[in-house]
Amino acid sequence: MKPSITELLTLLEALKSGVAGHSVEDFYYLSRAALVKDETQFDRFDKIFAAHFEGIEDAFRSLVGEVPDDWLQKQAELMLSEEERAQIEAMGGFDKLMEALRERLEDQQERHEGGNKWIGTAGTSPFGAHGYNPEGVRIGQQGSRHRRAVKVWDKREYRNLDDKIELGTRNIKIALRKLRKFAREGAADQLDLDDTIDKTARNAGLLDIRMVPERHNAVKVLLCLDIGGSMDDHVRICEEMFSAARTEFKHLEYFYFHNFVYESMWKDNRRRHAERIPTSEITHKYGSDYKLVFVGDATMSPYEIVYAGGSVEHWNEEPGAVWIKRLLDTYPKAIWLNPEPEQRWGYTPSIKLTRELMDDRMYPLTIRGLDDGIKRLH
Amino acid sequence: MTDKKFKGTNSYIATDDLKMAVNAAVTLERPILIKGEPGTGKTQLAFEIAAALGRPMYEWHIKSTTKAQQGLYDYDAVARLRDSQLGDDRVHDIANYIVRGKIWEAFESDVQPVLLIDEIDKADIEFPNDLLQELDRMEFYVYETKQLVKASHRPIIVITSNNEKELPDAFLRRCFFHYIKFPDQKTMEQIIDVHYPGLKKSLLKEALEAFYKVRDVPGLKKKPSTSELLDWIKLLLAEDIPPEALRAEDNRKAIPPLHGALLKNEQDVHLFEQLVFLDRRNTSRQ
Repeated sequence: MKPSITELLTLLEALKSGVAGHSVEDFYYLSRAALVKDETQFDRFDKIFAAHFEGIEDAFRSLVGEVPDDWLQKQAELMLSEEERAQIEAMGGFDKLMEALRERLEDQQERHEGGNKWIGTAGTSPFGAHGYNPEGVRIGQQGSRHRRAVKVWDKREYRNLDDKIELGTRNIKIALRKLRKFAREGAADQLDLDDTIDKTARNAGLLDIRMVPERHNAVKVLLCLDIGGSMDDHVRICEEMFSAARTEFKHLEYFYFHNFVYESMWKDNRRRHAERIPTSEITHKYGSDYKLVFVGDATMSPYEIVYAGGSVEHWNEEPGAVWIKRLLDTYPKAIWLNPEPEQRWGYTPSIKLTRELMDDRMYPLTIRGLDDGIKRLH
Repeated sequence: MTDKKFKGTNSYIATDDLKMAVNAAVTLERPILIKGEPGTGKTQLAFEIAAALGRPMYEWHIKSTTKAQQGLYDYDAVARLRDSQLGDDRVHDIANYIVRGKIWEAFESDVQPVLLIDEIDKADIEFPNDLLQELDRMEFYVYETKQLVKASHRPIIVITSNNEKELPDAFLRRCFFHYIKFPDQKTMEQIIDVHYPGLKKSLLKEALEAFYKVRDVPGLKKKPSTSELLDWIKLLLAEDIPPEALRAEDNRKAIPPLHGALLKNEQDVHLFEQLVFLDRRNTSRQ
């Protein structure tokens, strides 16, 4: 995260003008609004905030933390049945109970979302007998707001907006918008000089301005999707991405392959054996201004890439490496999107190999990866 | 310092973090950038701020062809050329051909106005950069008339974005930011309550349950949003649908009544029908 000095100054200014009041929760909201300008960063901010405030929160507790006995007793009386009350008397009465509770309060160093010491012993533990507040310690601090605030960032609601996690249904939309940014370039009106001169001349010298819409510099894309086999895990993501991309591009051609590209691909997966399109036909048909995007996990046996006859599905006369080379020669602008987590790439020889073949133009199928990939395509 | 704080209005429920972001922006007179799912009330927020603080409202809706300059002013050179050929007297004063934009109008307001710049991400990628100076200093220079236009009161600027384009860092640095996340059930109840006060508890409960169930269906292309829920409830009321018709058990067997208000895409309706069909088959087998 890279907040700038301007943003820090803004935050300080806001604090000085007293927008935030005096609670940690307010401070959390204010600092988030001032420092973080991207919802994909919210989760990271939450984590940092939680880590930073963990110790401070303890300090708060020692300041505010004393549980008011009267209040607690009243609450307990409200909640308890006659029977339970008798049970407590047997334990040595309320005072003893409170003492034990306070001891536990002091024991507890960490935040309380996991505080199973306070729950689960419902039947026998004196605290379990209360049975109305699973987060034990919160009994005494219901009124103080920072406890609730810790909850806010501990919930980590923005986790699935983080741009480093893999694409899913939730963030596919954002990914799509990245693609759209890629697809749309320039939209404006231009002066049609020739037509203006012509029309003005015909108009006996009276100016007649002619405008033409600027020609769309539509990006042309060849999308090659790995289907079947080791890709089954990722098929759903790829399908979403694919169906999304199809509506976004005017010039989009898509092909399927299995594990690696060989001498033919297909367009309809149900008829993959009947209707195959030779790869050479693709390279001849679509000009080199097309941008080539592979989507595949590149996880297979290395033989499938480097040896003739390596394909698991058929006998290939020439190895996949030759075919990808041909494709890359035709389409200099190409990337490979890989749904496998990036940290695993180093352990799979076939991914390493594919990456080398692609001149390192392999990107993870995350929003960040997509963004970087698209930049590379430009 | 402004004397009033934004606390939401009778018709708009604002969460704590939203209030904080708005109040910070109002107090420090910085623009506030609002992002969020479609239909969560981003644009509405600007109107509500204006209503809550009693300020005049200026709206500037951005399209893909909008240029930053158009918000400031337009110089209609073509009209002037034409007038010169027709020998119109107006032609001698260039100011006659300066057309004011929304930002200029907002700058000239007598009281501090609210300026909405709606869907800034629709415009060209350079658009926000072109507005940096204007939003920072709240002034701009009209070259044609050599005139400096300065805001008499720094407007409260609300900028909405649908995330279609990334906004430049320099621009973001100057704004406060808030992401409106989809309201949880409790907030949603409040929202419905301000729109349809006195709605029968039973209907509300069933409607919300059905609504969140529809939202949870995996693979929907367009998830229904708050505004769609409100429309749907309005329809339910108009058609006088009894709460029982929305009951969860029935819901598993049939598409919720008047689903057209919730599902806006024939693929989604189709998907939903298929799920219902599967479910029906499963239950009949048991």
